[in-house]
Amino acid sequence: MAETDGQRELSHRQLAKCPTGITGLDEITGGGLPRGRPTLVCGGAGCGKTLLSMEFVVRGAVNYGEPGVFMSFEETAEELAKNVASLGFDLADLEKQKLLAMDFVYIERREIQETGEYDLEGLFVRLGHAIDSVGAKRVVLDTVEALFAGFPNEMILRAELRRLFRWLKDKGVTAIITGERGEGTLTRHGIEEYVSDAVIVLDHRVVGQSATRRMRFVKYRGSLHGSDEYPFLIDETGFSVLPVTSLGLDYAVSMERITSGIPRLDHMLGGQGYFRASSVLLSGTAGSGKSSLAAYFADAACRRGERCLYLAFEESQDQIIRNMRSIGLDLAPWVDKGLLKLHATRPTLYGLEMHLAMIHKLTNDFQPRTVIMDPISNLSIVASNEEVKSILIRLVDFFKNRKITSFYTNLTHPDQLEETSTGVSSLMDVWLLVVNVESNGERNRVFHILKSRGMAHSNQLREFLITDSGIDLVDAYIGPGGVLTGSARLQQEAQEKAAALAAQEELEHRRHVLDRKRQIMGAQVAALQAEISAEEEELQALQDQSKLQHKVAAEEREQLAAARNADSPEVKEGE
Amino acid sequence: MDEPKMKELEELEDAMKARETGHYVLRLYVAGLNRLSLRAIENLKKICEENLQGRYELEVIDIYQQPVLAQGDQIIAAPTLIKQLPPPLRRFIGDLSQTEKILVGLDLRPK
Repeated sequence: MAETDGQRELSHRQLAKCPTGITGLDEITGGGLPRGRPTLVCGGAGCGKTLLSMEFVVRGAVNYGEPGVFMSFEETAEELAKNVASLGFDLADLEKQKLLAMDFVYIERREIQETGEYDLEGLFVRLGHAIDSVGAKRVVLDTVEALFAGFPNEMILRAELRRLFRWLKDKGVTAIITGERGEGTLTRHGIEEYVSDAVIVLDHRVVGQSATRRMRFVKYRGSLHGSDEYPFLIDETGFSVLPVTSLGLDYAVSMERITSGIPRLDHMLGGQGYFRASSVLLSGTAGSGKSSLAAYFADAACRRGERCLYLAFEESQDQIIRNMRSIGLDLAPWVDKGLLKLHATRPTLYGLEMHLAMIHKLTNDFQPRTVIMDPISNLSIVASNEEVKSILIRLVDFFKNRKITSFYTNLTHPDQLEETSTGVSSLMDVWLLVVNVESNGERNRVFHILKSRGMAHSNQLREFLITDSGIDLVDAYIGPGGVLTGSARLQQEAQEKAAALAAQEELEHRRHVLDRKRQIMGAQVAALQAEISAEEEELQALQDQSKLQHKVAAEEREQLAAARNADSPEVKEGE
Repeated sequence: MDEPKMKELEELEDAMKARETGHYVLRLYVAGLNRLSLRAIENLKKICEENLQGRYELEVIDIYQQPVLAQGDQIIAAPTLIKQLPPPLRRFIGDLSQTEKILVGLDLRPK
């Protein structure tokens, strides 16, 4: 993980740091152990003290070109070399390259008799010689408390240890001193009082039959450090500490949107799907199709050519692939292509912290852009809800920092739909809910978006259908009796269809009637017009007749006047 | 016969001889010539002169000069006296001022 600029700046102002090269440890310490000072690492038997310090020296030599000295009080060089060979550390080769000097300090109490005053100059000489022989910058003393068994004079011993730590500081080497955990004290002989700079406690606890390794900084003078316990792993690549707790809320957000794999759901989410690097929680009752929705999301990621990590806590890889095939989704090609990694584990396999560690490591190794956890509710089998919540906070932050979109499914009890058993909903950017609604003798799935930060989203309930050909979200019918789903919805739809058909027919009928009326009216108008024109014609005929009669009458008068030889009006007029 | 076995055999022979003859091989590791070193050398010389005259070898080694020897002989405290022969091997740490204890440890005095 890249150190952020802020951290780098901070570590400049603080003490100089010596990078350990151990995954995660440098992040929580803001750069490593205090340079040129001794650090005490304590813990019970088998908690990983020796491995931590050995890795510190080896990584220093290999990664940072800083030679180291490993002074062991418990195991011979051969034993140590054998123990760490499985981690790929070749101690003999490093010794040959003058990058490592080993010295096994053997103390046999039975052989030793005290005969007066002494000091531990022999130890100083040997250590000094080892340091000079390789030009060491790093020193490990594992575990210096073994001296207490060999030298009964505690007063001398304590004075010498004080001098030793002083001397190490003067030498300017960065040192790790290990110590067995004591009762009520950090170390059995209280050597923590001589180490004032940094104290790390390692712990190997068994809770609920699951073992978890944890690391805690009791003291880290002059440096910011989280006071939390950090889980760590020891595996074939060595030590890895999980820095997730130290992450804050200062991640950059993305405006990029990615599809949920279901077009209708994208539509409900402002048309574009989720924001990249957001956290999506899908709650639902048993059998509500949570895994299917998760699988669709995984499929969508793979279609984009992005890697997706699917952490299954309930089903095996083959089972998931088989089940998804039944709804028309074939995940196997993505697995073959290496785009999809199905990692199936039972939550009870190990403790919660180990799960976190495992997820962290898988994420680092696989580098996915999408992570699916199905389901998170199962984690509460191995830990209390509070612990699960704390882990999830860390996970959510961790994924967000990595710009990984995370998708969590959560099994909810039907009585407590809108709460998550672990109270994690407030961490989530998007919260989807699928509920089984029982009515009319059938169970149907109803889907809605409870929240979706930073985007306009649909407030509508949708029916969630899982068919042979996949998932679909269809409009649910909302009637007086509530939301209708399944056959009730189909029935309602049929009714609506019939009603619409009837209305259509009615309309046709009305139009027909109107047309008829219009035709009749037209005919009537035509008839009236014909009547009018007939009357007009009659009137004309009458007029013509009347004119004719006038004419005839005039002619007859003229003829009569002529006959009476009356004055011609024209003549009279001409006089 | 390989070398380590030869060496072992020689050592065993030496040990047998030393036991028979009462010959002592002593090594005293000191850290320079400091107060404790001088005191230890003085005390040891006295013990040897008084108890082992003529039948001891004493080698005084400065760990500052011979850090590799110090490592080989598992020296932690200084001064450290190692009774190499006769067996068993014993270590005495300190300024060797507790003469009685040393005489017992060197099997020169019954417990």
